[in-house]
Amino acid sequence: MENNENKKGGTDRRKFLKLGLLSSVTAVAGTSLVSNLATDEESKTSGEKIRLLTPDGKMVEVDADNINKYPEALITPEESRKGIPNRKFVMVIDLAKCKNARKCVESCQKAHKLDHHEEFMKVQLIQNNEEGSPYWFPKPCFHCDEPPCVTVCPTGATFKRDDGIVLIDNDRCIGCKFCITSCPYSARQFNWGHKDKFDDKSQPYSPETSVPAAEGTVMKCDFCPDLLRQGELPHCAKSCPMGVIYFGDKNEDIVTNGEETVRFSQLINDRGGYRHLEHLGTKPNVYYLPATNRQFPLERGFGDDEEINERYKNVPYVQELKKQGKI
Amino acid sequence: MNLNNRKRELVKEFSPMLEKTSLVSKIWIGFLIAIILVGLYAFILQVIKGHEVTGMRDNVVWGVYIINFIFFVCISYSGAFISGILHFLKTPLKNSVSRIIEIITVLSIVIGPVFILLCIGRLDRLHYLFLYPRIQSPITWDIIAIITDLFGCFIYLYLTFIPDLAILRDNDNLKVPNWRKKLYKFLAMNYQDTPTQRERLHKITKTMSTMVIALAIVAYTVLAWIFSLTLQPGWNSTIFAPYFIIAGLYSGVGVIIIAMYLIRKYFKLEKYLVQSHFTWAGLVLLVIALLYAYFTFSEYFSKWFSHKIHDTDLLNTLFTRYFWQFIFANYIGVIVPLVILFVKKFRTIKAITFASVVAVLGLWLNRYLIVVPTLETPYLPIQDTRPEYIYYSATWVEWALSLTGVAAFFLFFLLIIKFVPIIPISGIIDNERDELEKDENLNKNLTE
Repeated sequence: MENNENKKGGTDRRKFLKLGLLSSVTAVAGTSLVSNLATDEESKTSGEKIRLLTPDGKMVEVDADNINKYPEALITPEESRKGIPNRKFVMVIDLAKCKNARKCVESCQKAHKLDHHEEFMKVQLIQNNEEGSPYWFPKPCFHCDEPPCVTVCPTGATFKRDDGIVLIDNDRCIGCKFCITSCPYSARQFNWGHKDKFDDKSQPYSPETSVPAAEGTVMKCDFCPDLLRQGELPHCAKSCPMGVIYFGDKNEDIVTNGEETVRFSQLINDRGGYRHLEHLGTKPNVYYLPATNRQFPLERGFGDDEEINERYKNVPYVQELKKQGKI
Repeated sequence: MNLNNRKRELVKEFSPMLEKTSLVSKIWIGFLIAIILVGLYAFILQVIKGHEVTGMRDNVVWGVYIINFIFFVCISYSGAFISGILHFLKTPLKNSVSRIIEIITVLSIVIGPVFILLCIGRLDRLHYLFLYPRIQSPITWDIIAIITDLFGCFIYLYLTFIPDLAILRDNDNLKVPNWRKKLYKFLAMNYQDTPTQRERLHKITKTMSTMVIALAIVAYTVLAWIFSLTLQPGWNSTIFAPYFIIAGLYSGVGVIIIAMYLIRKYFKLEKYLVQSHFTWAGLVLLVIALLYAYFTFSEYFSKWFSHKIHDTDLLNTLFTRYFWQFIFANYIGVIVPLVILFVKKFRTIKAITFASVVAVLGLWLNRYLIVVPTLETPYLPIQDTRPEYIYYSATWVEWALSLTGVAAFFLFFLLIIKFVPIIPISGIIDNERDELEKDENLNKNLTE
């Protein structure tokens, strides 16, 4: 952790923001973010001109007011298949820091308009063996490079993009659920019944936001490409109070958790990064740093929500704790 | 000519089946339609309310629907396989069962795929399979295999119908409505049973029967691959394709025996379906039961012996939560038929049929144990508090629709054998013609 190289690379999220400025759409949306930060929400005064790079490479001046209306830069299902140019997104989850604060889960649910039990990001309690100490294990979709879900999809509703992200186009999905059975990480969920939120068309559907979901189709963690286009981190990484989740670009070899920016390769090398169930050959793009030198005792992860605590009742360690009356 | 009289005789013999619907039949048909109506209601409910009305949830995303799908489709494949092989055998016994098998084949390939449609969340988008096909997906392979098989089996069934349809068309004494006579005429395609026509039809049927065997093997394999090409611990097995072939034959032969029994009893065809039919079918079932036991044992034994962690989890589930189901499916479902069929003394028609019923039920349960427990023990343990997300149990909607499948199978069967004689008349005639020719040859030789 205390690595000079890392420090040299690490300043803040701005650095990561810069990464995103290459692509044209990102440029537009990115500026909007900057302008959002610069001006108050109330005072959207026009007159201020901003220079932008158009998709065909021309420099134009646009009224700042107009830009603010653009962040919803809707990426249609067709466009969403392409991916953000020259990117190879990667996530690193530092298990040593996770204390099951569940902020990643909650912010993800809020952003994707998910209900209580619908979780794109799940926090599991894993105990590798009887002697091994259990640890909290945040589990998003692994966006595999050899995704079994994509191979088996009969209509191409789920697809792998050039930037490494695996998305679902729920306009295309026929709901055969083959992808769910073929995913070894249980990353996918099905919309079993109709919900009112599916009818909310105030936000046009994009596979990049996964909103609104649709009945009879599959959904899962999408790595928040809408935020990535704006040069922001995914919701889970942004909201984690412990900085557990690093996100970045493998091409640039940089990942950040919003507080520190580090070299991806070095982080993996120095901390013994691994991928879950590597032997399956799915080549995930989510790496884990082992839960060594834990910053918090595991028990801190048990909160007030009995329902959440109850989920882990089958873990041997939890049964042991219960026996001792500690929880 | 002698044979023409014989044709008339036979039509007269079978005409009660074709002309009248007995009271018992009517009650049966009414009962079956009632089940189907309940199923229809369940289906409408599922369409309106979504898959929420089923017991399927995020972990067990496939339930009894897909089990019924495998079950029916496997019966069809094995029917195709067996009738294809029967066509090459020269035994007078085969004539009485060939049509039963062919009807089973076609009906189950029609009903089976309906169950896979019930698994699909968005039936309104079904055409996307053809609009945006991806040939990499095993589902696409399966669709191609099933559609090809469906056409193949239909053509095969039709080819075997033609001579009988011609006989029915030529018989004026048959008291059936006019539309049916017209239909016989149309479907018989001007077949006059001339030697050249007979030769040609025989050649085509022979080619088709070879193709149907090949089709069945391909279709079985692709079906098994839907499971074995995934990474799931209980499914990712190299022997799944041959295992599915054997398992399919096991249930297929079982269903054929049950059908023979019911038809024999119900239509009083003791003259045509005799003890040796059951004995021979029982012996085939015995051989397949041995193979099936061997495959089942290999499959689970290697998992148990090498005890990879996720295999062990699966076996633990099978031997705790599914203990009795496992015992019934893989012990009783194999051992009882084996004992009955192995001991000569036990090989009565009733006992053989009982063995078949046990075999078929055991096999259905065996399929259940392949699908459901595997999905309940994923690589990452299920950590959830909602019981329906941890364990699967089918709802009444699923059972109603499953029963509907069975009811539809019986109903269609009854309707088909009202339309065409269940024992191929042309086959009896062919046999008798062969006998006559043999006699003539014999006489010739003697006089010379």
